[in-house]
Amino acid sequence: MKIHEYQAKEILARQGLPVLSGQVADSPEKAFAIARKIGGPVVVKAQVHVGGRGKAGGIQLANTPEEAREAARRLLGKPLKGLMVQKVLVEEQCEAEQELYLGIAVDRQRKRNVLLLSAEGGVEIEELAVTKPEAIRKLYLDPARFLSEPEIDSFLQQREVPGADSLKKIILTLEKIYKEMDAELAEINPLAWIPSQAYKVLDAKINIDDNALFRQPQMAVLSEESETDEIEREAHRRKIAYVRLDGDIGIIGNGAGLVMGTMDEVSRAGGRPANFLDVGGGAKAEFVRNSLEVILMDPKVKGIFINVFGGITRCDEVARGIIEASRIVNIKVPMVIRLAGTRTEEGRALIAQTNLIPVQSMQEGARKIVAWIGKGK
Amino acid sequence: MGILANRETRVIVQGITGREGTFHAEQMIAYGTKIVGGVTPGKKGETVCGVPVFNHVREAVAATRAAASVLLVPARFAKDAICEAVEAGLQLIVAITEGIPTQDMIFAAHVAQTKGVRLIGPNGPGMVTVGETKLGILPGHIFLKGSIGLASRSGTLTYEIVNELTQVGLGQSTCVGLGGDPILGTQFIEILPLFEKDPQTEAVILLGEIGGAAEEEAASYIKKMTKPVIGFISGRTAPAGKRMGHAGAIISGGQGTADSKMKAWRDAGVFVAETTREIPALVQKALAKKAAAANKCRGTRFQTGSGIG
Repeated sequence: MKIHEYQAKEILARQGLPVLSGQVADSPEKAFAIARKIGGPVVVKAQVHVGGRGKAGGIQLANTPEEAREAARRLLGKPLKGLMVQKVLVEEQCEAEQELYLGIAVDRQRKRNVLLLSAEGGVEIEELAVTKPEAIRKLYLDPARFLSEPEIDSFLQQREVPGADSLKKIILTLEKIYKEMDAELAEINPLAWIPSQAYKVLDAKINIDDNALFRQPQMAVLSEESETDEIEREAHRRKIAYVRLDGDIGIIGNGAGLVMGTMDEVSRAGGRPANFLDVGGGAKAEFVRNSLEVILMDPKVKGIFINVFGGITRCDEVARGIIEASRIVNIKVPMVIRLAGTRTEEGRALIAQTNLIPVQSMQEGARKIVAWIGKGK
Repeated sequence: MGILANRETRVIVQGITGREGTFHAEQMIAYGTKIVGGVTPGKKGETVCGVPVFNHVREAVAATRAAASVLLVPARFAKDAICEAVEAGLQLIVAITEGIPTQDMIFAAHVAQTKGVRLIGPNGPGMVTVGETKLGILPGHIFLKGSIGLASRSGTLTYEIVNELTQVGLGQSTCVGLGGDPILGTQFIEILPLFEKDPQTEAVILLGEIGGAAEEEAASYIKKMTKPVIGFISGRTAPAGKRMGHAGAIISGGQGTADSKMKAWRDAGVFVAETTREIPALVQKALAKKAAAANKCRGTRFQTGSGIG
């Protein structure tokens, strides 16, 4: 789960990290008031989860409160790289002598948390990892304990970074925040070394592990807010694994890998998936109905492909669930259904009595739904 | 034989008194798995599926000489359950549980690794040594005994492909679901050497998906393998930055794309399938190529008169 820059900075500030003075605003008037309180040149930053926010015009400089109000007016309520800007962060401007990258992330292959430091901050770390990997220094964290001061000292000794003592404190605090909050990523980028010889957090990003939200109640509150798409928010409320995509063919399957495989097949057949939706094991009628409702909330959906492989789950049960669900939900679009695995024949017999379009394989299903949608045009 | 377990392997189920635990313990017993006990804290003395329940893995091991565990406990207790199994001296832990916090898994994987314990999963269907034993929730009836090894990051996609292999008569040796999480006890690069050594396995199928770099990492080992590898990646149409159901299936910062994985595998000589349908044919092609190469070798030996008895 991603949280916004201003939320991440509030967390860092609470732990004593040097965050710039600023506040979040949801109206131009509030932006004006915050800028006047800061009393100097400010920067107005759109609070949306997109990379390359600056390049897209989401970060604007303002010399006066009036300019801050104008900047907020330009940003608020408008899309930035497809996402609606609902809040801006108004913050004091800050001059940097040097910009660093500092972050902690999960290294999946090494199965470790890793501290990343680069003297060349300001660019995205993934970009730096490709263009100049030697500029990133890594320190793998011991899963059983926190970093020790001597460990950080020796790590920093070999780097050409200023203010080693302050940096050490920042690292220790960031590690504490990262671990206590069940983060998967906590980064300060850029971390600025300013002319008065101190560090300042210019931008911050914290991603929280969705699987740990049960023990991070303060974050679970923010989680709803972080969903920007209305249908995704509704799906989340119904506890359905759904991701909205931009095509017109609704996809339902059981198991994440199979659903992704189904999306891929639909694309190969020339169609465009409208979503990812995994009904998981069991596929009870109630859940299937909820899933169909969520998919049909997207007005672009012109047809649905249901692809189920019954493992332990029995196909006749799944078929009953789908039939029951389609009686309750008013479905006007064609539905192609493929059942395979345990009790396939019984499941197919049930489907044969309905107007659902039965197919034998994932590939055939993909071709058929694409063809049906073509006819409707 | 099996690369991880065989019909003699004594298995306990952690979480056996839960709905899923009981159901799958029954299913495993029906497949032939030697389930010798179960563990649920506070339920000592009960009997489930005809086997005794213990409070702690240590007690279960002392009473039953179990060597392996299937973990079907709720996510929030999984870290402690894995550590308990490691400390009790089990050699193999198959974690089915979905939704374990990443930091818990980093710790648990570290504990298992330190003690040299093989951890499979979490968030996977488990494993089958075909015709011998099943540790997990895979549907036993789709398998056919044979010589194809399979390792996968997905559950149902694995069933789908096993089913197709079985239908065309391509039997399997061991099938392992490695799991859909970012932190896994065992990744492709750790399972491949076991298949390479396994006398029963002639070819290996890998089912990968977007996210992480497990496929790219495995490529370096595949280059050195003598057995052919057939691969498929799901999620080619998944957008960047979105988690596709599995906690581990996310393209971040331009990394973990299907294209990158397919390229790495092609460069390593993997027979990469464009669609799941192609997999059985590619397996046959890979086996035929291997057989032809072996015949050629044998032929050469005869000609030079240094034939092996």
